[in-house]
Amino acid sequence: MSELAISLRGVSKRFGAITAVDGLDLEVPSGVCFGLLGPNGAGKSPTMRMLTAQTLADEGEISVLGFQLPRQSKQARMEMGVVPQLDNLDVELTCRQVLTIFARLYRVSRAERREAVERALALANLGARADTQVRELSGGMRRRLLVARGLIHQPRLVLLDEPTVGLDPQVRQELWSLIDALRVSGVTVLMSTHYIEEAERLADTVAVMSHGKVIAQGTPAELVRTHAGEQVLEVYGAPEWLAEVSELAISNGWPSRRSGPAIAIMCAEELDGQAPEGVRRPANLEDAFVALTGEQIE
Amino acid sequence: MSAQAQATARVRGVRRLEPAALAAIMGKDIVMFGRYWKATTFSSIMQPTIYLLAFGLGFGTIVKTLGHVKTIEYIGTGTVATAILFSSAFPGMFNTFVRWQFQRTYDAVLATPVDVEELITAEVLWISLRAGVYGMAPLLVAMLFGLEPNAGMLLVPFIGFITGFGFAAFGVSIAAVAKTIDNFNYVTSAVLTPMFLVAGTFFPVSNLPAGIRTVAQVNPLYHCVQLVRDASLGNLHAGDLGHAAVLLAFALLMWRVAIWQLGKRLID
Repeated sequence: MSELAISLRGVSKRFGAITAVDGLDLEVPSGVCFGLLGPNGAGKSPTMRMLTAQTLADEGEISVLGFQLPRQSKQARMEMGVVPQLDNLDVELTCRQVLTIFARLYRVSRAERREAVERALALANLGARADTQVRELSGGMRRRLLVARGLIHQPRLVLLDEPTVGLDPQVRQELWSLIDALRVSGVTVLMSTHYIEEAERLADTVAVMSHGKVIAQGTPAELVRTHAGEQVLEVYGAPEWLAEVSELAISNGWPSRRSGPAIAIMCAEELDGQAPEGVRRPANLEDAFVALTGEQIE
Repeated sequence: MSAQAQATARVRGVRRLEPAALAAIMGKDIVMFGRYWKATTFSSIMQPTIYLLAFGLGFGTIVKTLGHVKTIEYIGTGTVATAILFSSAFPGMFNTFVRWQFQRTYDAVLATPVDVEELITAEVLWISLRAGVYGMAPLLVAMLFGLEPNAGMLLVPFIGFITGFGFAAFGVSIAAVAKTIDNFNYVTSAVLTPMFLVAGTFFPVSNLPAGIRTVAQVNPLYHCVQLVRDASLGNLHAGDLGHAAVLLAFALLMWRVAIWQLGKRLID
């Protein structure tokens, strides 16, 4: 089925003088894991909030699961689950209470509620903590509870806003397998992230956002090939040498960027004999990302 | 599923103020109430006891009657109104602000098939139901101090509910416009304190200067006090319909203001 789960056309959102989302076009087919990648402030979070009509677009058309937003946003929310970036759990409640309350909010019928809660607890691996208050959970457990809460009604579409931000590697791995399992089961996943590795590992398609627009889209491999080539040459050395290499790159028109203590020259497979000494490695999505969104931090 | 059944399933839940949504939010409030009902009940018994002791032992030995009724009858019914005010305006302000700004749980709820109107209506409904029930506490305490039971007292929970609805929604509206939680001090000192004193709670408004008497007329709590007193002492008359009408109008007005003001800030 090639039906679109999400479609945004010419969507803009301004907050005062700031244009957070600027004529955004985006199409997410059903059944894929779609990554929205971009630096902080690129407009990912306002875009996610617009999909639940918690932020209203100034211009453009949004449709989610075939429902027109914001008019039919309530119906759309019935069939989608949201995992927010910021923890908004009620700390006084237990895991079971949180899940039961959200099962009701999502209109899971009384007869199915208990089973839904147990399933969500098992999914988040929180069975042993079912009657523990949220305030006593670790950061990783809270995040898993947030995910379980968004999946309690078995939605067709799941929005994950920076799902693993601030988590340690073990918890992150765990969440990644959970997200992957969702995709395998046919649920459409839209995930915003600024972790390149996350997008590379999980997303079938990645859209790179910058200044409120999508500036590139494709599979992670396509994006890497198009914007960073096959190989990257990393040149290490003293600052003076690096400055020289940087100038050499610019004068020869080689795409390059600073990469920590080195200068990285992209599309290194095309370099001729002039290339300086360095370490060659396969290009990755980070190279493409920086090539696309620039090095400057705003 | 046939295409038609699918379409039917898809249009469910377009109505405004869906009972299922209201019940879900109030269900959450009830679960949370399970955690703090003891403290709430304790204070709702203690407060009128202290008022009645202070006024009865101090003031009541000098003044035997207030208005045209015995001091215990006057103060006993007056404290009902203060109990309703405090058990509705304060949760309206503080719960809303904390859940919206600190815990962000309203953001979580609005990502589910619940809209702003349903969220606020359910929260206000729950607070006012509670205010109606706890409004009875001062009457029960006053009975221990010698207030005579009267069938009209059975109306007090309803009066408490309507008054509480207005003040809870008032509290929500204040929370919506407050910049920080400290801003509530302005409202408590400049609005709520004078409001609960100039309402005929502890002394008759008729003794006050004409200007202040007029102000009392637009104070919803004044109408609540009159209605509670008339009902509890078996003095209901046609004029009480006017008091009821003011309370109802106040409740409806504040309800819409709360949805409008907080809605503007919850959905950006």
